[in-house]
Amino acid sequence: MRLFKAVNRDARHWQILALSGLFWMSLTTSDFGARPLALVAAIAGAMFAQAAGTVWANARKERRQSGSGSHWRASNIGAGFVGWFAGFQWKSALITSLSLSILLRANSLWFWLAAGLIAISAKFLIRYRGKHLFNPACIGIVVVSLIAGNAAWVSPGQWGQAPIFAAFAIGFAALVLSSAKRLDIALGFLAGFAAMLFGRALYLGDPMTIPMHQLQSGALLVFAFFMVTDPRSTPDSRIARLVFAFAVAAFAAWLGWEYHIRGAMLYALAGLALLTPILDHLLPAKRFEWTSTKGKTNEPETPRGGVRPRPYIIRA
Amino acid sequence: MNLKHLAGACALGLTSFALSAPMASAFCGFYVAKADTDLFNDASKVVLVRDDDRTVITMASDYRGEASEFAMVVPVVDIPEREQINVANPALVDHLDEYTAPRLVEYYDENPCERIMYESRMAMSAPPEPMAMEMAMEEAEDLGVTIEAEYEVGEYDILILSAEESDGLITWLNQEGYRIPDGAEDVVGAYLNRGMKFFVAKVNLERHDGSAMLRPIQVAYEDEDFMLPIRLGTVNAEGKQELFVFAITRQGRVETTNYKTVKLPSDMDVPIFVKDEFGEFYKAMFAHQTEKENGKAVFMEYAWDMSWCDPCAANPLSRSELRELGVMWLDEGGQGGPEPMPRNGFRPGPQPVDAFVTRLHVRYDGKSFPEDLNFQVTGDRENYQGRYVLRHPWRGDYGQCEEAGIYAENLVSRWDEEASSLAKLTGWELDEIKQKMADGGFSASAVGVSEPKPKRKWWQRLWGNG
Repeated sequence: MRLFKAVNRDARHWQILALSGLFWMSLTTSDFGARPLALVAAIAGAMFAQAAGTVWANARKERRQSGSGSHWRASNIGAGFVGWFAGFQWKSALITSLSLSILLRANSLWFWLAAGLIAISAKFLIRYRGKHLFNPACIGIVVVSLIAGNAAWVSPGQWGQAPIFAAFAIGFAALVLSSAKRLDIALGFLAGFAAMLFGRALYLGDPMTIPMHQLQSGALLVFAFFMVTDPRSTPDSRIARLVFAFAVAAFAAWLGWEYHIRGAMLYALAGLALLTPILDHLLPAKRFEWTSTKGKTNEPETPRGGVRPRPYIIRA
Repeated sequence: MNLKHLAGACALGLTSFALSAPMASAFCGFYVAKADTDLFNDASKVVLVRDDDRTVITMASDYRGEASEFAMVVPVVDIPEREQINVANPALVDHLDEYTAPRLVEYYDENPCERIMYESRMAMSAPPEPMAMEMAMEEAEDLGVTIEAEYEVGEYDILILSAEESDGLITWLNQEGYRIPDGAEDVVGAYLNRGMKFFVAKVNLERHDGSAMLRPIQVAYEDEDFMLPIRLGTVNAEGKQELFVFAITRQGRVETTNYKTVKLPSDMDVPIFVKDEFGEFYKAMFAHQTEKENGKAVFMEYAWDMSWCDPCAANPLSRSELRELGVMWLDEGGQGGPEPMPRNGFRPGPQPVDAFVTRLHVRYDGKSFPEDLNFQVTGDRENYQGRYVLRHPWRGDYGQCEEAGIYAENLVSRWDEEASSLAKLTGWELDEIKQKMADGGFSASAVGVSEPKPKRKWWQRLWGNG
């Protein structure tokens, strides 16, 4: 019970557990699955970028505060070395690294390192109104596989169709999402994607076993439950999230059919990242923050022009 | 002969930095008999040479019947020109098959009182032989069938058909004397709805030299989608279909993106009697491993840089053979060069070639493989081969020296391991395997070891106090 509480303190704990489970399954059940060294490389890249980004964000905050004479929060930098790293989000970086090592394949460890760096750097550098635009793991994979050509790739088919796996992922993910409040977008995406597949099968006269087969993909589940659901890079309001989910599903299906792109979902998510701020503008709602039950905000926000970040605490 | 280990693994650099280009499309057999002949599409063999969106497909099959009895129907994306179609020498596919086949390696134990190692090898090749086909043509625009093109290539008459409706096409084919299996309408319709055409080939008996060998048909085409249509093959299936795909690329291994790719278990020591029944062993192992994956996996049996092999089941293919198979990049970018002579006694190929082959083996039916095979080229150049090892024991006086006694004891436990790994690979009964081994003189009693002694503890061995 105590253990449950300890884990439950932060929704990301569940994510880390679930992704570790998936990593382990991929490692042990697939001949072309995840590799521990790749995970190490991804973690190295991601943690480095996360640390650099944290210091950078803290330094900016410090400059702004000393400039305005504001004492909204005790100066971080004043606390010395530890202060520079205040708000260091190792959990987020770890989640990104796990996703990268589960989904990305390459012929050199450098690609995972690069993907980790790109993923987290994009999180700090490409922001709009204090919210990062791209899902970190997604943009990391997309950029690396675009640059590397055949040297880095996504293996959507290497999961097999073990039903156990699906159940495992769904069960765990549901738990995660119930606390991160993003089950809607996962189900929205899956429903949208399934509708596209079944609709096309009907149109082509394919037997329904084909879309069924296409839906039983482990990679699809990982994407639906751990990527498209990222609360920080998806719209804030529920309707906007559903619109976003359907758009990604439709775009992914189209990319796959028209251009035969194998990791189409990732490209679709990266390609539609700009939709999030647009939808946030049209359908504003409360901003999501990763919170612990202590109620502290964790992510160092890049301060936007003149306005101090005012975190909303969702879980009391 | 010694095993020469040319630093295995994936040291080769990145050969291409093109944007990850997706791939092309074309065939896979569906052999239609005109009369009620038995027709399983036993073992189709397909060679796919792929570079960006350029593809050359070579289609061969195992048909061993009357040439007049067979036809091949293959969905294709575009209407190929005459120059895009070719007939290949069946020996090419056979050579590639042998080169990539799972292999058995033999070692001979030396007198333990001395010690050297030998090795010899033999290879097992997959069911060989090319394909056959037959088919007729006629007017029939009324059925909505259009003959888009008509070619005579080698012994084949080839038609490219398009149709408005699958019914029309099937009626037309049946009218021409082809027994199209029931249930083909849906599949044919699904391909037509995708805008695909049908490539239909039959043997023209006047141009056929009467040999039992029907030569493989090749088609060169460009398409982004890298896939192999297999659904037609599941329609007339009597039981499961057998398919070998040999994919040759510049970059590396090819894998299926919509089905799991699995490595065939490899590098195991197996009992000596496997030598006499390697074919059986391979079949049983494949069947057993397929079962373990619920029939849903694509097996990778070989993945190797085509410049060499170790041990070689057959010589690496020569440049001219590769070119004939469609490796179109060999002469591009100043790679030309004179044709080298293959040397005796294999290993490094005649000359390094920039080609990587992946051999995939699929046993499928409509239930386990509802969808066509989609492939992708990866940058993975790690070499892999299906390799099984025989270790011939040294026979002699095991009391000759102390080492010989220890050797005899080790033999017994080694044989136990060989038996259980064979059982694990093939699903054969362990007791039967052990009986067979004992009959061949591979048991404790045969080497005069009464019962496998409990292993001595390390401290007993350390001071000889045991």
